[in-house]
Amino acid sequence: MSNLLSTQMNREIPPPLTPPRKGEGGFNVAESSSPLRGGVRGGGIEQAESQPSIKEIWSWLGEIPDPEIPVISLVDLGIIRKVAWTGDTLEVTVTPTYSGCPATGVINFEIDRHLRERGIQKLALKRQLSPAWTTAWISAEGREKLAEYGIAPPIEGTAACGGALKPLDVSCPRCGSKETEKISQFGSTPCKASYRCTECLEPFDYFKSI
Amino acid sequence: MSRIATDMPPLAEFALRMGDTCLILGHRNSEWCGHSPALEEDIALANTALDLIGQTQLWLALAAEAEGRGRTADDFAFLRDVSGFRNLLLVEQPNGDFGRTVMRQFLFDAWHLPMLKALTQSSEVRVAEIAEKASKEAAYHLERSGDLVIRLGDGTRESHDRMQVALDFLWPYTGEMFFGDAVDDELVRAGIAPAPESLKPAWEAHVGSILAEATLKAPERSYAQKGGKRGVHSEHLGYILAEMQFLQRAYPGAKW
Repeated sequence: MSNLLSTQMNREIPPPLTPPRKGEGGFNVAESSSPLRGGVRGGGIEQAESQPSIKEIWSWLGEIPDPEIPVISLVDLGIIRKVAWTGDTLEVTVTPTYSGCPATGVINFEIDRHLRERGIQKLALKRQLSPAWTTAWISAEGREKLAEYGIAPPIEGTAACGGALKPLDVSCPRCGSKETEKISQFGSTPCKASYRCTECLEPFDYFKSI
Repeated sequence: MSRIATDMPPLAEFALRMGDTCLILGHRNSEWCGHSPALEEDIALANTALDLIGQTQLWLALAAEAEGRGRTADDFAFLRDVSGFRNLLLVEQPNGDFGRTVMRQFLFDAWHLPMLKALTQSSEVRVAEIAEKASKEAAYHLERSGDLVIRLGDGTRESHDRMQVALDFLWPYTGEMFFGDAVDDELVRAGIAPAPESLKPAWEAHVGSILAEATLKAPERSYAQKGGKRGVHSEHLGYILAEMQFLQRAYPGAKW
């Protein structure tokens, strides 16, 4: 049960193999909005000048697909809580979706790999439990991508409260019908429930509100 | 081999009680993987097990931190013997048939959710954070287990009878959830955890209403089997540990 999340991944790795995307931006000083810009650290200017901006790092993180639902990115999913430079170390704060989600380890690995490929050398991944992740943090774009992919996006305000089951108005992501029924509270991953459409008769996943 | 680690700080002891209970129930549920009566239930049981094992990681990591002796969550899970475990006796009871597994889950969930909700108000921020996270998952567990108790209890003659047998069998193990000891007293004083007995009214109300809808009858007797919280267990726990800990015992420190 070793926990990747709590590990500070500071191991040395070789220089990046891939150049900054599309040959533009990248580590360009002018486009950067890093708070360390402008020689604040005096002698550390050289190093600071090579620091990509926070905005740029967010866009890189937005390129990393969720390992279990690859149509949405980690940013769409709302699990990246904070990105910040502390000196020359980049700190990325991640919150887990479900406590036991097996993708958590893979997610951290992917963040680590992706950012290092873009030249980040000192990276610390931090875990943040509170405030607990909620599906309300899934972006509007993420919701659209989910529906397009065939997963009904979560209906906010319908999280379980431990009481009696109430049928939800879940629309079929294939035909749009509201004539759907729940097969099981649980599905192929912890975050999904199994539904079926009684009109087009197709089974589908519903992303549970939590 | 000490019977009770009285030298542990109350916070560590509490985290062990929560973590061990989640771990053993998670392990019991995982025994169903590939054996459930329906595919959906197989998946549901595995998902519930996954949530519980995830919560176990959080609790046992906190126990390790609060103990402060360099042990890890893994050490607690895989390198303690029966008397070191602090789980409720309820969760170590054998799975029995599917009905008993569902009933055990329900009786536990109906305690677990209010417990976690109370813990979100804990004076200890690490406890409150874990509880905030876990309570969202526990709410889904309780919805499912309560729903199944109703469907099976108020189902066929066969399913009803099996659920009643399960309830009768498990009932004596429910009382332990509401008995406090000296550790609980300290936790209450420090504002870390609620008094165990304070959770009883909510549990009784919820269990009572679900059982009524399920046409099941709670036994009259109130004798409670106790001991799990101080490391005195039924014979079943040893068999669970033998299976769960085999790899680490046979190949110490093995990693994958």
